[in-house]
Amino acid sequence: MATVQISLQVNGKAVVAAVEPRALLIHFLREELSLTGPHIGCDTSHCGACTVDLNGKSVKSCTMFAVQADGAKVITIEGIAAPDGTLHALQEGFRQMHGLQCGYCTPGMITRAYRLLQENPKPTEAEIRAGIAGNLCRCTGYQNIVKAIQYAAAKIAGVPFQEAAE
Amino acid sequence: MNDMVLSPEQRAEKLEGIGCKRKRVEDVRFVQGKGNYVDDLKLPGMLYGDLVRSPYAHARIKKIDTSKALAVPGVLAVLTAETLKTVNLAWMPTLAGDVQMVLADGKVLFQNQEVAFVVATDRYAAADGAEAVDVDYEALPVNVDPLKAMAPDAPVIREDLKDKTDGAHGKRKHYNHIFNWQAGDEAATAAAFRKAEVTIKQFIAYPRVHPCPLETCQCVASFDKIKGELTLWGTFQAPHVIRTVGSLISKIPEHKIHVISPDIGGGFGNKVGAYPGYICAIVASIVTGQPVKWVEDRIENLTTTAFARDFHMTAEIAATKDGKLTALRIYTIADHGAFDACANATKWPAGLFSIATGSYDFPVAHVSVDGVYTNKAPGGVAYRCSFRITEAAYCIERAMDIMAQKLGMDPAEFRMKNLIRREQFPYASALGWQYDSGDYQTALKKAMDSVGYAKLRAEQKTKQEAFKRGETRELMGVGVAFFTEIVGAGPSRACDILGIAMFDSAEIRIHPTGSGICRLGTKSTGQGHETTYAQIIATELGLAADNIAVEEGNTDTAPYGLGTYGSRSTPVSGAATAMACRKIKAKAQMIAAFMLEVHDDDLEWDVDRFRVKGNPERFKTMTELAWAAYNKVPPGMEPGLEAVNYYDPPNMTFPFGAYISVVDVDVDTGETKIRRFYALDDCGTRINPMIIEGQIHGGLTEAFAIAMGQEMHYDDDGNVTTASLLDYFLPTAVETPKWETDWTTTPSPHHPIGAKGVGESPNVGGVPCFANAVNDAFKFLGSTHIPMPHDHWRTWEAADKLGLHT
Repeated sequence: MATVQISLQVNGKAVVAAVEPRALLIHFLREELSLTGPHIGCDTSHCGACTVDLNGKSVKSCTMFAVQADGAKVITIEGIAAPDGTLHALQEGFRQMHGLQCGYCTPGMITRAYRLLQENPKPTEAEIRAGIAGNLCRCTGYQNIVKAIQYAAAKIAGVPFQEAAE
Repeated sequence: MNDMVLSPEQRAEKLEGIGCKRKRVEDVRFVQGKGNYVDDLKLPGMLYGDLVRSPYAHARIKKIDTSKALAVPGVLAVLTAETLKTVNLAWMPTLAGDVQMVLADGKVLFQNQEVAFVVATDRYAAADGAEAVDVDYEALPVNVDPLKAMAPDAPVIREDLKDKTDGAHGKRKHYNHIFNWQAGDEAATAAAFRKAEVTIKQFIAYPRVHPCPLETCQCVASFDKIKGELTLWGTFQAPHVIRTVGSLISKIPEHKIHVISPDIGGGFGNKVGAYPGYICAIVASIVTGQPVKWVEDRIENLTTTAFARDFHMTAEIAATKDGKLTALRIYTIADHGAFDACANATKWPAGLFSIATGSYDFPVAHVSVDGVYTNKAPGGVAYRCSFRITEAAYCIERAMDIMAQKLGMDPAEFRMKNLIRREQFPYASALGWQYDSGDYQTALKKAMDSVGYAKLRAEQKTKQEAFKRGETRELMGVGVAFFTEIVGAGPSRACDILGIAMFDSAEIRIHPTGSGICRLGTKSTGQGHETTYAQIIATELGLAADNIAVEEGNTDTAPYGLGTYGSRSTPVSGAATAMACRKIKAKAQMIAAFMLEVHDDDLEWDVDRFRVKGNPERFKTMTELAWAAYNKVPPGMEPGLEAVNYYDPPNMTFPFGAYISVVDVDVDTGETKIRRFYALDDCGTRINPMIIEGQIHGGLTEAFAIAMGQEMHYDDDGNVTTASLLDYFLPTAVETPKWETDWTTTPSPHHPIGAKGVGESPNVGGVPCFANAVNDAFKFLGSTHIPMPHDHWRTWEAADKLGLHT
């Protein structure tokens, strides 16, 4: 099948590639770029396991063609930590607050929360719950995910976060 | 670090052993997107498979034309039942003693059944190829109703079994009948009912649901023609079982099959069984000589691999006028779909459903289960519960509420009166189990005190009066559930899978520098085994948990085990871990005695060391002993420090809990709001309280999903109408309630560390607690039983039937 050339920036690196027009962004990221952090959970954009950050918005990469990302700036879970490997406050928070179990939703969940905290640096619990409503988790029951995001918000703001994981 | 100045408590704390809220080891890779799941695997020359599936629920296949598919660029092969027959793999055995078509042989028996397998160079080409396969179907009459399966004129589901009067579990009484299974004393129970002062009888259906882990079922099969060896990576909760079954089916010697379960994105029972996609991928790899990946999409997952429940129960309870239970009787029709692929211990076709007397002291009981075939997907797995436990718990807990209502008693008071008393343990139940330990009254009382039960009932009464006066359109329900689970299958005298006893194992090697590795026959699907098993070892051997690697899922390196499901990892492999540690410790003690020049018996254990009794300054730490094990063992002793244990549990374990919830119901919209949910769990010894609480949150959320919205629904033509996440309810963070958790600790007397298992309790207790809350809201209006799921529509409908909308 004919291919189309696209240029984009992924996790700070310039990428030029030839893709089938029908190739989904998630398959391009996972199979061509070996960025296997974002996952496929439902194929219908309900579960959010495939969430990546695209031009400053959370998008579900299973419901977008790779060609639509031409010229875009994409961040995946692999690009969330600092270049020196220091974990992002969210990555730390998810571990400290036991915000994950099987880990399958985690990359999408953290990537979504990464954008949420830029949209709203001091979210209330209700705002966090609404803000991650597009990301499903089957293991945790969300309570500790909410705490993980609160932990990160506090850390980014430089204020103490006292609550322990339940 | 100077150990000399640390107190024993400080030394113990540094180990991060049993009781520590240790942060999870696995998280470091998962939060960075560096987990290693099956679909992440990419091998040179890897091909992709995609399945052609039936749009019909019941149809004869007149012709399959693969020519157009084979012309699609990238398509290399199309497998059908005819191809599979050449290698004798058109059918495969199921875990339940039945056989199942791998690819449709002559007819299809349920919608989305596997018909052909297309192999191509990439997943898009495989999908194109699947689209291009032409299948000619002739529709047949469909039955998706288990209650009609044994009607005289019901459609024949299984033509291959039509004339067989014996099944895998005894006599069959109809061509769509699979088995009848019974427990208890039928005659004594009937006699008790004849004498009963008060009885209730209620039909209680537990709808078909699906575990729906976020990662679907998938595998990569790679057959090496030169060596004649097969490597199979897959989402397997029980990798060793897959290897053994794979060897029996394929005739490839077991030592030439390497099964590897990498990280798994949730299982909840979905990933116990063997599915046609796996067989097709293996055959395709043998045929093409290249690795073949097969990945389910969500619709395939929901509609074909491993449903749960579909139990249609009629419960009867007998009691005295003053509320003392005298008998229980349950008759169940179990819908197993088109093939009996139920994941149970082989001798237990209805699982451990005989836990149905629950937490109550029934003098007599009888249960009878008939399994039937319908035009629905096969499966029957334990969705976050031990085999058929949640069905039993839902049934008895609903029935108890209905009896309390008839007696005019408060549901908590009625339970309190009939709970098995502490002094009755070990308790022999009327249906044949010996409950290991419990302190039920204490747990229920603590739960009632914690939520302010009396106050809640007073508030409810006020609200009911206001409702009657027309001042509010909101009802309040208080749900009470007390459950007893039966997990940790199991004693080999009772439990096996296809003849393999359900023991489990741990193999521990301590390295010279005092770190080590533990390999096990279980497989974490998110429970945090890498973290918790190391904690058991830390406490048992006095080595820091951080210095213990835990490895599961590779059948070449792990000792044989039956895998993770039915909350069996801690009860069985956790016990094996402790027992292996004790072998190592015994050897270390001999080395210590040799080094300290004292008798073995002159030593005592002190957190992380052996010290000389009465002379605590003379000691050898476990780290020192590990080094010594490799260079100065006593004469005649083998060097090294390792042990393996295969643990055959003497009994099941019986975790229990008391749950109370409060729901507010809007009778005009049917909307429900879970105001509170309090869960008290007793899982015996608590290894990692943080992980336990996390398991409970997750299990309660799945219980919430099941009770309040999940259903795999079929229309009369056998079409699945809930085939994607658009229609199948998975709760988001918005509607998921906040959970309050609590505990009591009653260790198991027969488990080496007293642990009972916990991951599934919240599902078992949670479902009836939600259901009882919704029912409780409507009870004062004369309603006795509203069926699950309690979604807004059904709740509105229940209100409507009670005339609340006129």
